[in-house]
Amino acid sequence: MAKLPVSVDKIIEKHGPHKAYAPQTGFQGNKEPDKLVKTHCCYCGMQCGIKLKVKDNKIAGFEPWEEFPFNEGRLCPKGVMRYMQNNHPDRLMDPVERVEGKGFKPVDWEHAMGRTVNEIKRIQEKYGKDAFAMLSGVSLTNEKSYMIGKFARVALKTANLDYNGRLCMVSAGGGNKKAFGLDRTSNSWADLKHAEVILIAGANVSETFPTLTHYIWQARDNGAKLIVVDPRMIPLARTADLHLPVRPGGDSALFGAILKIMVDNDWLDHDFIDNHTTGFQDTIDAVKDYDLDWAEEHTGISKDLIYQAAEMWGKANTSFLLHARGIEHHTKGVENVLSCINIVLASGRIGRPYCGYGTITGQGNGQGGREHGHKCDQLPGNRDITNPEHRKYISEVWGIDEKDMPGKGLSAYEQIEAIHRGEIKGMISICFNPLVSLPNNNFVREALEKLEFYVCIDTFLSETARHADIVMAGSLHEEEEGTVTTAEGRVVKINEAITPPKNTRRDGEIIMELAARLGEKDKFDFATSEDIFNELRVASKGGTADYYGITYKKVVDNMGIFWPCKTLDDPGTPRLWEDKKFATADQKAHFNPVSYRPASEMPNKEFPVVLTTGRVVSQYLSGSSTRRIGKLIDQYPEPLLEIHPKLAFQYGIENHDLIKVKTRRGEAEFPAHVVETIREDTVFIPYHWGGKHSANQLTIDNLDPVSKIPEFKVCACQLEKTGQKGSQHLTDTAYQSSL
Amino acid sequence: MPETNYDQEMAFFVDMQRCIGCHACEMACAECETNGQESMIHVNYVDREKSPQTTVQVCMHCEDPTCANVCPADAIHQDEFGVVHSANTSRCIGCSNCVLACPFGVPKKMEEAELMMKCNMCYDRTSAGKKPMCATVCPSQALFFGTKEEIERMRPDSEPVNSFLFGQQEVNTKVNVMMPKGTHQLIIP
Repeated sequence: MAKLPVSVDKIIEKHGPHKAYAPQTGFQGNKEPDKLVKTHCCYCGMQCGIKLKVKDNKIAGFEPWEEFPFNEGRLCPKGVMRYMQNNHPDRLMDPVERVEGKGFKPVDWEHAMGRTVNEIKRIQEKYGKDAFAMLSGVSLTNEKSYMIGKFARVALKTANLDYNGRLCMVSAGGGNKKAFGLDRTSNSWADLKHAEVILIAGANVSETFPTLTHYIWQARDNGAKLIVVDPRMIPLARTADLHLPVRPGGDSALFGAILKIMVDNDWLDHDFIDNHTTGFQDTIDAVKDYDLDWAEEHTGISKDLIYQAAEMWGKANTSFLLHARGIEHHTKGVENVLSCINIVLASGRIGRPYCGYGTITGQGNGQGGREHGHKCDQLPGNRDITNPEHRKYISEVWGIDEKDMPGKGLSAYEQIEAIHRGEIKGMISICFNPLVSLPNNNFVREALEKLEFYVCIDTFLSETARHADIVMAGSLHEEEEGTVTTAEGRVVKINEAITPPKNTRRDGEIIMELAARLGEKDKFDFATSEDIFNELRVASKGGTADYYGITYKKVVDNMGIFWPCKTLDDPGTPRLWEDKKFATADQKAHFNPVSYRPASEMPNKEFPVVLTTGRVVSQYLSGSSTRRIGKLIDQYPEPLLEIHPKLAFQYGIENHDLIKVKTRRGEAEFPAHVVETIREDTVFIPYHWGGKHSANQLTIDNLDPVSKIPEFKVCACQLEKTGQKGSQHLTDTAYQSSL
Repeated sequence: MPETNYDQEMAFFVDMQRCIGCHACEMACAECETNGQESMIHVNYVDREKSPQTTVQVCMHCEDPTCANVCPADAIHQDEFGVVHSANTSRCIGCSNCVLACPFGVPKKMEEAELMMKCNMCYDRTSAGKKPMCATVCPSQALFFGTKEEIERMRPDSEPVNSFLFGQQEVNTKVNVMMPKGTHQLIIP
């Protein structure tokens, strides 16, 4: 029974989210901590270095870590406040169990473990191994990501393991594998500083990766031109040389048109194309009709701007193209990514200083977590679970018979659909809050309610955990050692600053005990995180994401090592492709023809407005921890509907009016934020909130056929005035996700 | 006053063009134990309906501080390094003269405490050879702490300006605002 045991408001009363603030004079020990522990922020893919102040086994504050080379002490508001999740009154201090009509009661670990394992066995015996699924997440370290991949296949013996990276950058990974045979940003961020042209598509850098902004501003000090492609005038676009306000869903049309202009003007690197790539002719044939009139119609960007961008890009000597979820969250996410890669390959500007390309991974370990077997189709080292040789190698590392290795499972959203079909009956999740972060989340809620047993490992009772039968009280980022791989491919060290509170456990220990109780103790007998990492090194050896040459000592001594790093004397690889030998079978970079196709749900008479979603700087993803930190909540307390004054005028909408937004999947009300900084045909809602304020009640659950990423960035909606005004910001309780 | 390592070569620079409105500076400033979880630096939208542009207002540490000049209780002290300190709590009478007189609108009266509070350039940090907290964390380096030579070298298109003309009143400050190359004074009619 994965229904709420009591009313949501009763759950909130006990488990929050509650806003936490530091005491007026700071936490005890802030001034004179016992120690300062160098580690990294728990949030985005930048993984800024930070020092945590520790007093009496509690985090008392932070100190900038100015020596760490990426951020040199710089932090965003989330990074500054990250320490507040420690000391938080909502923290789960014991495992808890759902009690119908009562809520959640603390139980001992023996009971939590025993019941969980009994339920796993019962469900798997009755319905088959794959009927018990696992969802994981990439805020977890490489060690935990790796171990969960192994746990699902070796201990749970289920094919159905997937992760929240499925809603993050899988279409970028898919595109990169097709084009380069390897999935990593091609350069370290240092190559941004002297690029002549920086093109940023669908990446709200200053709100989602704030500390990367400094690199872009430095490049501009050095004379770089900046092109920003985004339906909104994001902070980065305000002073950009060109802002291309693309209509959501028009990205591949734009990049196809730019490719055609490059061809027409011969702004091409023929030597590179001829000697180091394949597929060029087919690719330019696919865009031969994409003239400026066509492009203007399909992108919603003026011809002049498109041409200027193509010229700026085409004539540059050095450049860096970056993209993020804005072009990736589409049913053609992989195609959008490939259309970007095509203009990079046509320029030949890759594998050289200040010539770069890459996706900006969103989550803290969005890079490492997607390499070591966390995905439904993947084994460590970014190997393929359907490849016989890859299966054989990993089976040997794990000490199992290859025949016992499950095959390819269902992706995250497909698991939700499989629950509805009755194929999945039980689930374990960690580090994933699908009830807030998945699209069409009323459908997700109905799925959770159908599960016979749901167990969740978390530090707080997230919106999804409210539906659990058992919640195991896991560890915070600062309570377990490990490594993560940053968005630039740098493996860095996460240090344990404090031990978990008494009756909570490290996530790794929870997974290991479950594995032992499922009869696989000998395969999960790790004494330290470093032991896990050392097995990961071997498991990744020979794969495209090869970590074999990386050791904890090397990571610490060098403040990070860039993979691939194949041998112990290999210093790592900050810049890929300098030898022009790509990781594809033929060692060539592959152009891929991309024909534009519209989004899966385009506006029509009934649903005339485009709805797109995204983030704000003060919140992180599903807000499971940031919607508990008072100051971060106060900065942007509730989701607002951004709408252009001209569109607002058509509906008689004024600022702060409460607007009902309806799609084919649901409806919700949001106060209007009337701003000229968005396209006239598009409205925007940030998605960090759950319950009745959740934008993902509205979003569409159609998936990219290759990567299975959902189309968060485009759907069609109706707007309706409610006649009411929005609530007063600071008293708003949206952060609690009431229903 | 205790012996300090305050480096007079180091200066504070504010560049509004770089500000991304993230509020990291405010969050970090408030963490200082002397600030009681209140920020002494303030980020505001200029006109959010039209643009995401934000401005950031920090104490400019005037050479001839108006706030100190108008203080009837002689509570505001400028030290030998030119840092203008928050009102001395034992002297401040909470009259708000400084709040009204400051040409930049910096000092705030903390109503609960009946005291004036403002930025003191993270004296505990800067006097120990560190950078102020806001400029250390600022992810866009809209706030920069370093030498004038450094910033002129790194940002060749901009000019640090520390002279302001408010009507008839010329105010020279310790804090610089980055303006387009060739600007020498900001005139506020």
